[in-house]
Amino acid sequence: MILYALIFVPVVFALLIAARPVRDARQLALIGTLLPVGLVAWLLFSFDWDLAAQFQFPSTIPWFTALGGIERGDVALGGVQLSVGVDSVSLMLVALTVLLGPICVAGSFSAITERVKTYYAWLVALQGAMTAVFLARDLVLFYVAFEFTLVPMWVLISLWGSTNRRKAATRFFLYTFTGSMIALAGLVYVVWTAAGIRGYWTFDIGDLSLFARLHLTASEQAWVMLALLAGFAVKVPLFPVHTWLPLAHTEAPTAGSVILAGVLLKLGTYGIYRFVLPFCPIAAWEYAPTVAAVSIVGIVYAGLICWVQTDVKKLVAYSSVAHLGFCILGMFSFNTAGLTGSVLYMVNHGLSTGALFLMIGMVYERYHTRSMKELGGLASRMPVWATFMVFFTLASVGLPGLNGFVSEFLCLMGAFQSNTGIVDGAGATSGRLGPWYAAIAGTGMIVAAMYLLLMVGHIVWGPLREPHGHAAHHEHGHDEGRANPPGAETHGSPLPRDLSWREIGILIPLAVACIALGVFPKPLLDGLKDPVNAIAAQVVGAGVKARTAGLPPAQEAAP
Amino acid sequence: MTTLLLAQTAAAEGVARSASILVKLDSIWPEVALFLATCVVMVVGLSPRLAIRRWSAPIAGVGLVAAGILAWWSPETAGPLPHLLPYAKMMIAGVGLLLLLLVAGTVDRTEEGLIASGRIPFNPLRTNRAEFYAFVLFSLTGAMLCASADDLIWLFLALELTSLPTYIMVTISQGGRAGARAQEAGVKYFFLGALGAAVFLFGFALLYGATGTTKLPEMAAFFADHSIEASPIGLLGMILAVLGVGFKIAAVPMHLYTPDVYEGAASPVSAFLAFVPKTAGFIAIILLVSTAGWVHGAGHSLPEPVRLTLWIMAFLTMTWGNVLALLQTSVKRILAYSSIAHAGYMLVGVIAGPQGTSITTNGLAAVLFYLLAYGVMNIGAFGVLACLERTGPDGEVREVETIDDLRGLCATHPALGWTMVLCAASLLGLPPLLGFWAKVPLFTSAISAGEIPLVVVLGLNSAIAAFYYLRLVAYPLLEQPEGAAPLPRPTPFVSRALASILAAAGVVVLAIAGNALMDASRRAAEAPPAGQVTPHADSQHP
Repeated sequence: MILYALIFVPVVFALLIAARPVRDARQLALIGTLLPVGLVAWLLFSFDWDLAAQFQFPSTIPWFTALGGIERGDVALGGVQLSVGVDSVSLMLVALTVLLGPICVAGSFSAITERVKTYYAWLVALQGAMTAVFLARDLVLFYVAFEFTLVPMWVLISLWGSTNRRKAATRFFLYTFTGSMIALAGLVYVVWTAAGIRGYWTFDIGDLSLFARLHLTASEQAWVMLALLAGFAVKVPLFPVHTWLPLAHTEAPTAGSVILAGVLLKLGTYGIYRFVLPFCPIAAWEYAPTVAAVSIVGIVYAGLICWVQTDVKKLVAYSSVAHLGFCILGMFSFNTAGLTGSVLYMVNHGLSTGALFLMIGMVYERYHTRSMKELGGLASRMPVWATFMVFFTLASVGLPGLNGFVSEFLCLMGAFQSNTGIVDGAGATSGRLGPWYAAIAGTGMIVAAMYLLLMVGHIVWGPLREPHGHAAHHEHGHDEGRANPPGAETHGSPLPRDLSWREIGILIPLAVACIALGVFPKPLLDGLKDPVNAIAAQVVGAGVKARTAGLPPAQEAAP
Repeated sequence: MTTLLLAQTAAAEGVARSASILVKLDSIWPEVALFLATCVVMVVGLSPRLAIRRWSAPIAGVGLVAAGILAWWSPETAGPLPHLLPYAKMMIAGVGLLLLLLVAGTVDRTEEGLIASGRIPFNPLRTNRAEFYAFVLFSLTGAMLCASADDLIWLFLALELTSLPTYIMVTISQGGRAGARAQEAGVKYFFLGALGAAVFLFGFALLYGATGTTKLPEMAAFFADHSIEASPIGLLGMILAVLGVGFKIAAVPMHLYTPDVYEGAASPVSAFLAFVPKTAGFIAIILLVSTAGWVHGAGHSLPEPVRLTLWIMAFLTMTWGNVLALLQTSVKRILAYSSIAHAGYMLVGVIAGPQGTSITTNGLAAVLFYLLAYGVMNIGAFGVLACLERTGPDGEVREVETIDDLRGLCATHPALGWTMVLCAASLLGLPPLLGFWAKVPLFTSAISAGEIPLVVVLGLNSAIAAFYYLRLVAYPLLEQPEGAAPLPRPTPFVSRALASILAAAGVVVLAIAGNALMDASRRAAEAPPAGQVTPHADSQHP
């Protein structure tokens, strides 16, 4: 029941916000996002970490049982069920989602002044939908939630984004919608295969994983993997299909960017983790080098683009493409280190990149620009902001001691050890990658350090540069003679020159989480080990078996 | 069951005509009720007194409710879908009720609007509302009769009974300057409709020539013994029949009338055209092609030429409808092309055919559910247009039409705006709304039938459709109303708003609690009892 509460509390609050007068919107939104934080905190304690690979707190409510369900005796089997459950991987991502919720709400208090009710209602509804994606144990519920997240984000970008918002929002919607229609075909194919053996249609994810693994041939798996990747890779986004992301990120309002980078991109990686690996282990095994190569290209390519960016927000957006490349690389190394690192990367990227978008949003609210040409040396104007900015940049770069390092290191180590025969804790050792993959991806780390540090060096340190209106304001007072400079409306804004207590308050939880995960990730790593090892064993087992059984390699049989 | 046996014996032995009519009577009580209601409506509608004439719409509503209730006891039929009647007729009656609410005040809109708002007195010579309701009922009767058809002649008459009243409905649906366009639309619709009828009548004639019977069960028995593929005349007849009936469902290549007619007719009538003839047409196509395949053919599939025809029709219909909808600025034209596209989606279900016992494998069940869902969400979308009017520069009151009229509707008229948003999102198939749940069975049944390329086409088409449905969502939800031009205002017809809002509520509520309806459509498409066929999806697995 508690899992349903996690999904429906935000939805109910979204409706409440829409129904109540405007003045209640902020409070309601804050309550509606803080309640799930409490629930997840309770969940973290009552979750049985010894059985982390199992889906705990399961509940099921019949939904569309006519969709392929049957009654055998008086037991109803199959059909679409509203079924939920949580293992440690889901729990981590749910925790990330609900943590970012109130931060986004509080982070929007000063930025959003128009159509306030609509904004908070959609923002809170989005929380519910994203939580449902991670909690779903029914394929259709997953898909419904996965698709529904598009709508609130589309509204958020189109209404509160910057100049090019409508184009960005529409491109975002169409890209992901097209991808997921193809993914739907792939998923339905798997369900149909399982139904052929079961005798009824089940959409239970656990059941389907089992059936797909045992009964799909290598070539079927390759096709299904291609279809699923069409949906999930767009969302991640992987290299050739990432072009919606910079635009959407840049145009979105701050909270939108935070959620987009923090959680929505993880829906793609989570989808790959939860569906591609268990549904098509042989194909994943066969094509791991391809996928890894694509993600490495993404890492390097996005890194090089970042290097020449002058728009800070776009820079961070492209850095997401590079970062999630590491995540996918780790995932396709099929060993404990790589997969753990990959899952951890989802959380860490959400924390540090989400925080970076918040920082940029704070500057934008004050200066109304994101251009590195117009900003510089802000440390002298905003020391507190500068401190946090440097901190989160280092977390994102992967400074040892902060969270980014742990996951990036694990992903690279996973890729390195893959196929080298080095035995780690679980015995899941052989993958398809190797040191070369890690080495080339490692250059991406160096590039990442360069562009992020260059960016920080430019706008935090160095000679002070502010947009003209502001310089006039600070140094010569109001009567400079410029009629309505671009930043004029800031003059009346209640924001102090440096961060307010509210802004500091929303950054502190993120900073604490970054330090905690950087210094002492062990409990988390231990918690993730079981589910991750199970997946690794499945993929490696199936892959090796397919090879040794002399089945034709999937390359010959499939696309 | 007795009826079924009777019908079978009657068909097999060709007993006296009178007996078979008595048997048929059993299955057409809903139509009889509708016909009686129609007569009463026409008589009441002749009254010179407004107080009496006002009863014509409620009486039509009572007739529909009665027909819907009577449909519950419809007997099993001998056709490919023995349990079709209750579901099909209740669906037609139910959606028909919504349509009845929607068409209120359609004819001579200005006059009726002024009467409804009490600004001018009632003039019995200037309004012909009663005939209009009678046409509505006639057309619905025709659609119901299609479902009961077991004979080519019957099927032809039922299809024409569905269409003939709609030709007049289109023509008289608008007054004033728009009236000329409505008349043009009516003429186009009539001539192309006549062409369509001629094509499928020719097809029927060839089928008769090939099989020597007009009775569908006997035709099925004939084709079970002699494959249709061996009979060029039969094959040509079947293909012509399907193409001709394609006019009713607005499928390529008989779709040409759709945008012009939907645009020229008043919105409530367009909503009517998008549901009633489509339903009748799909039922007719299912009855027709079932004589040549599914139940009798090996592997329970259609004969290859018929399947190929349907395949090409489905492919072209989906793609053509969606691509052209992208280019439109008139909402009515967008919805018209979307109506073509949806016909294409449903043809996928027809191609998949009635395998298995579940809606996930039985394409016909998927089609039946999709028809219901499409009817509901389509009424919502057209209903919003029907609920809004604006005064043109010449002082004439006319319906809203362009997408610009929807700008900021959620802010100015929240109920109508949200109706448009929900229905357009549902037509797009966005989860978790009703349209998504209707589309999933089409996907699953087509995959079960091994039509994977078609599924990919279906998926890509849904993605193309996102372009224009997204505009229908964005304009009401995101845009601000334009400052200068006068805003559209709601019409004085409360029942239209009621119909639209009920449809929007249906789109949401049925997405949460539509399981029973889905189950009903599954039962409606159940195959005949054992002996005739033994379709089982699970045995279809490679």
